[in-house]
Amino acid sequence: MAEFTLPANSVVMPGKHFAAPEGATNTRLFKIYRFDPDTGENPRVDTFDVDMDTCGPMVLDAIIKIKSEMDSSLTFRRSCREGICGSCAMNIDGSNTLACTMSLEDIDGDVTIYPLPHQPILKDLVSDLTNFYAQYASIEPWLKSDSPAPPDRERLQSPADRERLDGAYECILCACCSTSCPSYWWNSDRYLGPAALLASYRWLSDSRDDATGERLDDLEDPFKLYRCHTIMNCAQVCPKGLNPAKAIAETKKMMVQRRL
Amino acid sequence: MSNLRTPLSQVKGLGSAKEGTGHFWVQRLTAIGLVPMVIWIAFAVARLPSMSQADIHIWLGNPFSAVMMILFLVAAFWHAKLGLQVVIEDYVSDHAVRTVAIIAVNLLSVALAVVGVFSVLHIAFTG
Repeated sequence: MAEFTLPANSVVMPGKHFAAPEGATNTRLFKIYRFDPDTGENPRVDTFDVDMDTCGPMVLDAIIKIKSEMDSSLTFRRSCREGICGSCAMNIDGSNTLACTMSLEDIDGDVTIYPLPHQPILKDLVSDLTNFYAQYASIEPWLKSDSPAPPDRERLQSPADRERLDGAYECILCACCSTSCPSYWWNSDRYLGPAALLASYRWLSDSRDDATGERLDDLEDPFKLYRCHTIMNCAQVCPKGLNPAKAIAETKKMMVQRRL
Repeated sequence: MSNLRTPLSQVKGLGSAKEGTGHFWVQRLTAIGLVPMVIWIAFAVARLPSMSQADIHIWLGNPFSAVMMILFLVAAFWHAKLGLQVVIEDYVSDHAVRTVAIIAVNLLSVALAVVGVFSVLHIAFTG
């Protein structure tokens, strides 16, 4: 049943304020979620006045600057800083996106940064994506074929068949889509979520894979697949511009197609 | 950490139910069927206040009206049952409460549909 009382440690308290260095004239306020499970304290929102004259253009530049110059305990994931590793996915200005490709210019007013929603928090902006990765593994994201591969060359695919993978293979598994999906919030223990289903569709639509029937069998479930109600948050937030909702709709079409 | 099962084994859980497409398909089928029937019933119901009870019995005794009304009742309650079950699956996370709620919706939908269909037949055949 719906829970009417919040679990322990879920009320976010006001936090500390970090002022800009003396002499900074062009400052911007960053409000950042902080949580340390080891202390047993409630999460808080710390505020930082960042000197924008010495800050790079992206949100990631700003939080790296905060970590180096204002509070070294601020914890977040980041790696490639160019939108291909998916590490710095977080909730910025109310939407899940990558901090490295989100321009500060595109945000009005104060910059609010929270971790990806509805996941356990390890620390500050780092959420625990164990379940998310296990769901990806559960769709068996590799080529399965009963036909042996040619001994002297790769498996062939026509350019037209290769084009069918466009929009499905580019996913970087940042989890922006799944953690923005209300159906995923309520039933992530059983609903696979948009990211895993998009990855599944990538293999369902691969002309070299002949496990399509088994893959559909595994997905045919009221929870694994049919929790998607085309809310479309996934497509709206995807930092790579992909459309998981469409991939899920195509999967449902395949389910119906094999019965009619 | 009290749960020592691997994350993958937790995600796999009890495996696929091997159903769900029937539910999805019939929900769309009844939705398509309901579009013309709802238009028909909207016009029909709008006329009712100006009719006497005897006139209504004559109208509902007409084979076309009776058949349309029975089709509407079956499609509407079937569609409602499927839709309510989805709502319960979405929002009721306690498994015991979820099971009881789905049983209740199923039984209630069938009961109400039978009451409706019987009423139409009663009027149609006994006047």
